[in-house]
Amino acid sequence: MNNVLFSTVVFAGSLIAGFLGSLTGLGGGVVIVPLLTIAFGVDIRYAIGASLVSVIATSSGAASAYVREGFSNVRIGMLLEIATSAGALAGAALASIVPTSGLAILLGLVLLFSAFAPAHKEDPKTAPAAPDPHSLAGRLQLNGSYPAAGGMIPYAARRIPLGFGLMGVAGMLSGLLGIGSGAVKVLAMDLAMGLPFKVSTTTSNFMIGVTAAASAGIYFHRGYIAPGLAMPVTLGVIAGSLMGATLLASARTAQLRTLFRAVIVALGIEMIWNGWTGRI
Amino acid sequence: MYTDEELDRQMGLLLRVCVIVSCAVILAGGVLYLIRHGRESEQFGMFHGVPGYLETVPGVFREARADGARAIIQLGVLFLIATPVLRVVFAVWGFARQRRRLYVGISLTVLALLAWGIFGQR
Repeated sequence: MNNVLFSTVVFAGSLIAGFLGSLTGLGGGVVIVPLLTIAFGVDIRYAIGASLVSVIATSSGAASAYVREGFSNVRIGMLLEIATSAGALAGAALASIVPTSGLAILLGLVLLFSAFAPAHKEDPKTAPAAPDPHSLAGRLQLNGSYPAAGGMIPYAARRIPLGFGLMGVAGMLSGLLGIGSGAVKVLAMDLAMGLPFKVSTTTSNFMIGVTAAASAGIYFHRGYIAPGLAMPVTLGVIAGSLMGATLLASARTAQLRTLFRAVIVALGIEMIWNGWTGRI
Repeated sequence: MYTDEELDRQMGLLLRVCVIVSCAVILAGGVLYLIRHGRESEQFGMFHGVPGYLETVPGVFREARADGARAIIQLGVLFLIATPVLRVVFAVWGFARQRRRLYVGISLTVLALLAWGIFGQR
């Protein structure tokens, strides 16, 4: 396959992944590495490098809109970024020690987790009170408000140490596997810290760029980022997620989500199998 | 008073501009790469790293100025990696204007971690 053909098919595959990822809210970054390794026979290290670059692009692109709409909480994001970037640096350092088959199995498990991550329950209608100024959330100024139909709704973070620890894990997975690990980040903010769903998803997205940049520097110096591969992947994923975001308001996503979830499960099982049998 | 809303809006604009510039550079490098190397077939099935000049910041800049297609793509990639870093630098400045000293410190810590990942290698 010459470079024109290879770039075209990789671009098309990444476009579809980005499109489905943003339309279903499951994230496209998580399927890029399995797509490249299983469908195109790319070495998992090049795949991780390219995926990481595309994750920075989509996260920063989407974050630019969310931040301006006032959903993301910049302070909560910044505090938790200490945990995610430290985790990402540790993950990138570990990536050179862990055998590639181990990376494949771990990625397979993360894919299965992303597909079956606990479904979110509706936000309680009663708004939480302003934080006690002497509590940890109060001292760290981890409160805010977000726009909703009935006006601005205030909220404050809870269980901050637990959330911080989970974020370290999310960062480490991101650094090891070149993914955004949005599912773990949302778990930490939505379930552990009790933040409103819209705030946790958008703040998680906002943080993914910084987390990925921390490990991308290490991967760059190690020669994992091959421009001939990063180019079609990044352009494809960002074009796809822009298309997905444009359609998001009008599309019925329930069936698509089921379909995409099935794809993620299949890729996850395939990654585990390939890792287990030593093919990756 | 410099409000959270203003900080959010300006940060959003910064991110958007950086992503557009990075992707434009990657696209330009990509077109050049396909014109010059389109008929070759680069192999990604076996890992052997990338040529040394694509692994260092000065190397990428030098080759990109010499019109190397892969280096121009890599330059776009470096801009993209720099985007979240710039966002954190901007946050330091924004929190300083809000007189939130705690958050200036937190942002500087994140910045130090990022710098260690990007410059702390060898």
